[in-house]
Parts: sequence; C-alpha cells; structure tokens
Amino acid sequence: MTPSTLAGLVGAALVGLGLYGLIVNPQPLRKILAFNLIGSGVFLVFGIVARKGAAAGFPFDPVPQAMVITGIVVAFAASALAVALILRLHEETGQVLLDEENPASLPTQEGAGK
Amino acid sequence: MSVLQILDVGLALLVLAVAVWTIAAREIFGAVVGYVAYGLLLSLVWIRLFAPDVALTEAAIGSGVTGVLLVTSGARLKGAGKASAAAKPSLSLRLSAAALSLLAAAALAGVILALPDPGPTLAPEARQHLAATGLGNPVTAVLIAWRSFDTMLEKIVLALAVVGVWSVASDLYWGGAPAPLGRANPQGALLLLEQTLVPLGILVGVHIFWVGADAPGGAFQAGAILAAMWMIVMIARVSEPPPVNSRWLRLALVAGPAVFIVAGLAGLGMAGYFFAYPDGFAKPIILFIEAFMLLTIAATLPVLVAGPPRRSFRP
Amino acid sequence: MSVALDLFSIVAIAAGAFFFFAGSVGLLRFPDSLTRLHALSKADNLGLGLVVLGLLPRVASLLDALKLVAIWALVLLSGAASAQLIGRALRRRGGDE
Repeated sequence: MTPSTLAGLVGAALVGLGLYGLIVNPQPLRKILAFNLIGSGVFLVFGIVARKGAAAGFPFDPVPQAMVITGIVVAFAASALAVALILRLHEETGQVLLDEENPASLPTQEGAGK
Repeated sequence: MSVLQILDVGLALLVLAVAVWTIAAREIFGAVVGYVAYGLLLSLVWIRLFAPDVALTEAAIGSGVTGVLLVTSGARLKGAGKASAAAKPSLSLRLSAAALSLLAAAALAGVILALPDPGPTLAPEARQHLAATGLGNPVTAVLIAWRSFDTMLEKIVLALAVVGVWSVASDLYWGGAPAPLGRANPQGALLLLEQTLVPLGILVGVHIFWVGADAPGGAFQAGAILAAMWMIVMIARVSEPPPVNSRWLRLALVAGPAVFIVAGLAGLGMAGYFFAYPDGFAKPIILFIEAFMLLTIAATLPVLVAGPPRRSFRP
Repeated sequence: MSVALDLFSIVAIAAGAFFFFAGSVGLLRFPDSLTRLHALSKADNLGLGLVVLGLLPRVASLLDALKLVAIWALVLLSGAASAQLIGRALRRRGGDE
C-alpha cells in the first residue's frame, strides 16, 4: 500500500469518527471539534487526489493542494462563527446544549431560534 | 516492509488514536489539547503527501489558531460544561450513529481504493505556464494567479465571518472592544515569552511570506504566524483587542479583498479580462496582492478569536 | 572524514531519541503533574538539542544550520515558558493531581 492510499484511508476513517462525534456529543463545542475532524478527513482525501495527479516533474497536482489551503482557512472562519453563536446562546439562556429534551431552560421560543 | 512504511503505518495509527481521543475525552479541555496534537500529527501526514504548503497551513491555522479559539471559548463556557455531561445520548442512538459513520467511512474508503492511478491532473499545465508568472512555487501560482477568483472569494468569506461574529454582539456593547484574551496580571514567564518570541515570530512570518514565491510558504502561512504573534501580545495583556469601530482595524480587514478586486479590474482594463496580469508584470502584481492579503489574514484571525464586542464603547 | 561525521550523527540522534523515549516513559509513569512536567521538558530540551546537533554536519549551507539551531532555541523558549505557566497554574490550584 502506498503512503498516499494509506493517508486516504486515514481520511475516510476520520470522516467516520467525526460524523459519530457530531451526532453523539451533546456539547456544541465538541460538535465543532467533530466537524473539524470531518473537514480534515475530507482535506486528506483531496490530498491524495493531488498526490495521484503527480506529473510533469511535480510530485503533486498543485490545484487541489491550493484548494485545501483555502479550505482550511474557511473551516476556521466557520468554526469561529459557530463559537460566537454558542457563546451568545450561553449568555442569553444560560444553557449550552442544542438539545430539545430540556426546553424548560429556554425563556422563550425566540431564544431557541438564535 | 521498509522502515519508511512502518513509520507511515505508525503515523496513521497515531493520528487515528488522537482523533478517537478528541471525540471520546471526558473534558472539553482535554479534547481541545488532543485536537491541537492531532493537527500537528496531521501536518506530518501532509509532508508525506508532498504537500509542505498544506502542512504549514494545517499546523498554523488548523491546529494552532483553531486551538486558541477553542481553548478561550471553552474557558468562557466554564461551569456550563459540567451540567451537560449528565445528558448522555441513549444506547440505540449511539449504535445507529456508529453504524452510519462506519457506512460513510467504508463508502469513502471504497472510493479511495477505486481512484485511478495516475489520476487526472493539471500539473503539466502548471509546469508549462509557471514561468509566465515569474514564481517558483506552483501552489502560490494557483492561489494568486490561475485560480485567483477562488482566493479572492475566500478573503470575502473571511470578511463575512467577521461580520457574522460581530453581529451577535448585544446592542449595549456595539462599537466597543471584545473581552480581553488573557487573565489580568499576566505572569512573568508569559511576558518573557511575549518579549522574546514576538520579534522573532514577526521575522519568521515575513520570511515565510517572502520565500513563498519560490518555496513552500506564502501569505496564508505567514499571515497565520503574524496573527499568532498578535494573539500572544493580547494574551500577555500588553495590548488589548481593538474596539470594533476602530478605523485602522476595519481598513486592515478589508485591504486584502479590496486590493484583490482592484487588481482584477485593472486586468480587465489592461489585458482584456478579469484578473489578467500583463506580461512581465505578473510577479510584482502577485507580490503586491499577497502583501495586502498577509495584512488582512494577520488582522482577521485574531479578530475572529477575540469574538464579538463585550465592553461598551468609550469615545 | 565522512564516516566519522556519519557516526557522530548516528550517535547524537540516537541519544536524542533515547531522551525522547525516556521523557515519554516519564510522562506516562510519573505520579503527579509536576514530575511529569519535569520529564517532558527534559525530553524536549535535551532530546531535540541532540537531534539538532546530529543533523548539523549534514546541512547544505550555513543558513540551514542557523535555521536548525533557531528551531531548537524557539522550542527551548516556548517549552520553558509553558512549563513555568503550567507549574504556576498547578500551584495556584493547590492540588497535586
């Protein structure tokens, strides 16, 4: 097995792990972590596409690599926005769960929508 | 199996083990520390895929800046995490989630094993046209020349993220400054680190930006390093996060996309289409755009970490 | 001459790897946070220093050698500072967990 196929399989496993964490962990901050795991798994899959495109003296195809770089930055921006929303929700309602099972802690229906 | 293959398999297992830890760790802080270590290990995998540019970005932004974001927000949520630990999902939910995740991972693995080798590639085109850009690093050429439209839109996404983060502020604090990043009365060790590391870090950032034209590096990686230096200064409380209505801050946040758009329009005027760089001037134009992108990235990442304003505006 | 340099590299890097190994064992086996911190900083400082020392004869230019030494110095600086910060935080909490 070549290093790139191995890295691709690691990426597939990371997507699976992240998906599990995203569904199972009730804390939103943990959900963001899990979501970032999925993201990096997808980036790794892109990375092996770049590696398999080696040609013309380059050991990689530069186009997918450049897209992964912009992707990492966008993933960070999305995480920062999600964190800001969670902190605001916590400030407003005192709760940090995105769970409908205990709506008693929400003052109004509007608060849940924020 | 050669030594290198054994190391590859070991690295892959290590990455997966740390990823499992970030999902399964009991406390949020432990999970975040795991995630930072995971990002650093992942950048070693990127090196093995011959992607040093991606490895630098992953280490600096994916692991470093995201780690700071999650640690500070975890600290701001402190106390709230305890109560939520009780609410565990039911066994049936966990089993079905595990089945779904296994299915997704298996499908993806099947696709990876079925990929054609060698795959479709744009590398020959990159080789053919690299000389015209005056650059030596094809990844930088893709980012700022051939797919510059993507990179410009990505800068606009960063600006939109700042707008989004600021817009969750309560009306009371609008125009004010975000909460400080560090504790009051920083310790001597932190101040020493700030005084010695920051000048060196700025030097390294500028170096990585400059060599990015021909070697691994560039505006993204260098911007992340400069952003980290600014965050260290703020964590050591030597300077505070600037108020959101400060004019220089807003200028720095939009300088990158603005210069990018102007350069694109100038290409339309001079060479006939959006983002055409006139012959012979490609490299200076690219470096000019990159310098403003560097400024914008170095300003945007700490602003996103600092979050919405939390202190009232004092004129 | 080159054989002697190779030998030097092998010995220094192997010694560095040993310090990393010992530090990792200490991290896993030592009873409380302060002693674990001690094990970890020894591994970082000495282990990485020896690895850098072993790599020095193999660099292509003086600039590369300076970069390697700078990396070691930066790790020393941040390692020492973070060990100090963690140690202070432990003492403030008063626990020995």
